[in-house]
Amino acid sequence: MALLFSDPFERLFHLQRNLDAFRSSDWLGRGISSGGAFPPINVFGQGDDFVAIAELPGIRREDVDIKVKGRQIRISGNKAVSYGEGASLHRRERRSGHFDRTLSIPVEIDSDRVKAEYRNGVLALFLPRAERDKPRSIAID
Amino acid sequence: MADTEGKSLEVQAKQELTTPEEQTVPARYYVPATDIYETEDALTLVMEMPGVEKDNIDIKLENDVLQIEGRIDLSAYAELDPLYTEYNIGHYARKFSLSSKVNKEKISAEMGDGVLTLSLPKAEETKPRRIEIQ
Repeated sequence: MALLFSDPFERLFHLQRNLDAFRSSDWLGRGISSGGAFPPINVFGQGDDFVAIAELPGIRREDVDIKVKGRQIRISGNKAVSYGEGASLHRRERRSGHFDRTLSIPVEIDSDRVKAEYRNGVLALFLPRAERDKPRSIAID
Repeated sequence: MADTEGKSLEVQAKQELTTPEEQTVPARYYVPATDIYETEDALTLVMEMPGVEKDNIDIKLENDVLQIEGRIDLSAYAELDPLYTEYNIGHYARKFSLSSKVNKEKISAEMGDGVLTLSLPKAEETKPRRIEIQ
């Protein structure tokens, strides 16, 4: 998906349409890990590698725990919502609680090189494809 | 008043913004999940806007209507091809009409982990008075 649009709104619209088109696609296979659990996750391809992105607003970096084992990625943590002393609520929409989600990636990833970045409440996991899983060109003799 | 123990966090579907005004651009906006609470001195709004940088937030207060807009940064998505998605992304916008008079000069805002905390100190004359029963 090359974002060649110069107008940022056009770019956003294009991206939104793209994200809709892959809503719960079968990329994760008919496996066990697709959908429903917190946090919602988007998976993207970046060249040969993959990027998984999740929104975790209001969750502190130190309250997120990420574990990688083989093809499985486990994201767990806790989200606390608190109000000041003596506060009276007008509106309450933010949710709190603990979460624990495991994602099974359908391709081999190099678990030693998985990287995580957390910025403005958005978690990005960089999942490099394992070297042995990358396509090889075969020369015809 | 944290009440997070033992409770499991559920997915909260993002709510799309539907405005009475017609948008001139086709892109979707989302309504940020918001908590509003009041203490004796101030009204506090806590809004979830993941992916919004603090410089990309506009806060306006006009005629007791508080208007908040947060724009996400799309540049991170430039090289990414979606394979599997569970949520969509977009800018955030929301309006509130405030019931109590606030001290405009003293409004303060803070952004952290994708959450905007807006503190609106009440104007002196609107602070609660204890009424003595004669």
